[in-house]
Amino acid sequence: MNEQLAYTIEVFANGLMAGVLYALVALGFVLIYKASGIFNYAQGVMALFAAMTLVGIQNGQVPFAHLINAIFGTDVHKFGWHVHSFLAIALTVLVMIALAWMVQRFVFRHLVGQEPIILFMATIGLAYFLEGVADLMWGSELKALNVCASEGACLPQGMNVWLEGTTYEALGYGFFIDNLDIVASIVAVILVAGLVIFAQYTKQGRAMRAVADDHQAALSVGVSLNFIWVLVWSLAGFVALVAGIMWGAKSGVQFSLSLIALKALPVLMLGGFTSIPGAIVGGLIIGVGEKLFEFLIGAPFLGGATENWFAYMLALLFLVFRPQGLFGEKIIERV
Amino acid sequence: MKDTADSYVTEDGRTIGPVVMEMKNITLRFGGVEAIKDISFDIREGEIRAIIGPNGAGKSSMLNVISGFYVPQEGEVWYKGARRPAMKPFEVAQQGIARTFQNIALFEGMSVLDNVMTGRLTHMTTGLFAQSLWKGKAEQEEIENREVAEKIIDFLEIQAIRKTPVARLPYGLKKRVELARALAAEPSILLLDEPMAGMNVEEKEDMSRFILDVNDEFGTTIALIEHDMGVVMDLSDRVVVMDYGKKIGDGTPHDVRNNQDVIDAYLGVAHD
Repeated sequence: MNEQLAYTIEVFANGLMAGVLYALVALGFVLIYKASGIFNYAQGVMALFAAMTLVGIQNGQVPFAHLINAIFGTDVHKFGWHVHSFLAIALTVLVMIALAWMVQRFVFRHLVGQEPIILFMATIGLAYFLEGVADLMWGSELKALNVCASEGACLPQGMNVWLEGTTYEALGYGFFIDNLDIVASIVAVILVAGLVIFAQYTKQGRAMRAVADDHQAALSVGVSLNFIWVLVWSLAGFVALVAGIMWGAKSGVQFSLSLIALKALPVLMLGGFTSIPGAIVGGLIIGVGEKLFEFLIGAPFLGGATENWFAYMLALLFLVFRPQGLFGEKIIERV
Repeated sequence: MKDTADSYVTEDGRTIGPVVMEMKNITLRFGGVEAIKDISFDIREGEIRAIIGPNGAGKSSMLNVISGFYVPQEGEVWYKGARRPAMKPFEVAQQGIARTFQNIALFEGMSVLDNVMTGRLTHMTTGLFAQSLWKGKAEQEEIENREVAEKIIDFLEIQAIRKTPVARLPYGLKKRVELARALAAEPSILLLDEPMAGMNVEEKEDMSRFILDVNDEFGTTIALIEHDMGVVMDLSDRVVVMDYGKKIGDGTPHDVRNNQDVIDAYLGVAHD
């Protein structure tokens, strides 16, 4: 097999895997935007917060340890136990649900009917607030995230040896694909399938779609907007947790994690702000696009590092030629 | 006799039951504007009750008070023999009051069947957890409610468009789908906000027939708003007439038609 072609395919596959992670973050945005018209700038910070909470609970860290020590003059840092990953994830989900409830109760309930720009500003505030709380609660140092089902059965790291060996024997070229990326892809597929099934076939899912479509009509059939909004923020929190685990396992839990939200923006412009399939396809296109562009054009001709801006340039092109994105609702104004 | 007896039988043989909803001295203000001024009336079980009046008379405001979208500054709403506290619209809906909207508020992205099924939401009681598991109780519930929805779809003759996204339907059909969604809730009171607005004669006749059939077949209590006098007079058992936020007439279509205030409001008064 042609080495150059094989290498291109490998880059393509790696791009797909990276795209899955972008899509995961974009998915959180779409959920909230569809149901409430709020563009949640804090989605990235939610992923960070979720990942930090998970690590903190796993390692038995005392939340707000610095604060407690400063006020009471104590010196507590750890409970001294280690929580099983699954239990820690369950607890983190509860924390995210509580967060969703608080966000709705103390922020957005008071902003119903406000201009979108005001809601957006509120989410910026929320992002910084949450970042501060995360810092205060769990400390700001870089932490390693390891999710393990049991001793030795953790989220896999490094290259998939089996795939490399098999492809080498069959094609004469071994593909380098990260184990973690494969897991992330599988998890993302399950997550998206789950969300779609939930939205299509359950009572709450139907109510959720109703709210996304028309608030007034939803009220008239007995749907509580508040309940649905808490539900949607909880789902977004859950998606943020999954994204946080994947990114955190890849590059450690650190504050730059919240910046992945910025990478999700071009994904949304491509896929459309209101479409769940759009978020997925948009993520994949951006992931593949930036890897291939870097490999075929960027590195040989433009001096490299095109991955930093390629996604935004693509988004800009889309804004010019198809502002609603690939799957978004078409904007038609009647005159 | 009608005002005192608990129930009576109409000329066409339908039984009208006791009072199910009573509005007592309702006053609604928007800032300095009084949209509704001290209005009282009642709705009896099984009747078709119309609220009519010229444009801007406060009819829609009244409907919004009943359905909880507006909260009146003064007055009381009595429902099924108890005073109703200030409620959110979704709570009113959960109490069994369904409505349609003048400008149609359907879920445009969803199919007709899905829209009608949202009308069943108040009858579905399984929680988030059971629904997520789907098997068992949740599935059973979905099947039962689906049957009711299908029955209503049949009744309103919209089987052919069951799977069509609502956004693709013409106006007249959308109105009918909205009626189906409200009806799917099996409401104690069905509120219709200008069900005939913007329709041609044929569509109006269809809609009138459906309203009468619904009332006849399911015994549904209906309160409707119209400003087309002719349609209302043929449909309703009793009529409230509003003008400039005040009640100027209340009674059978015959009474109302001969009420001098009503005639003045509709035809204008000579100022001499």
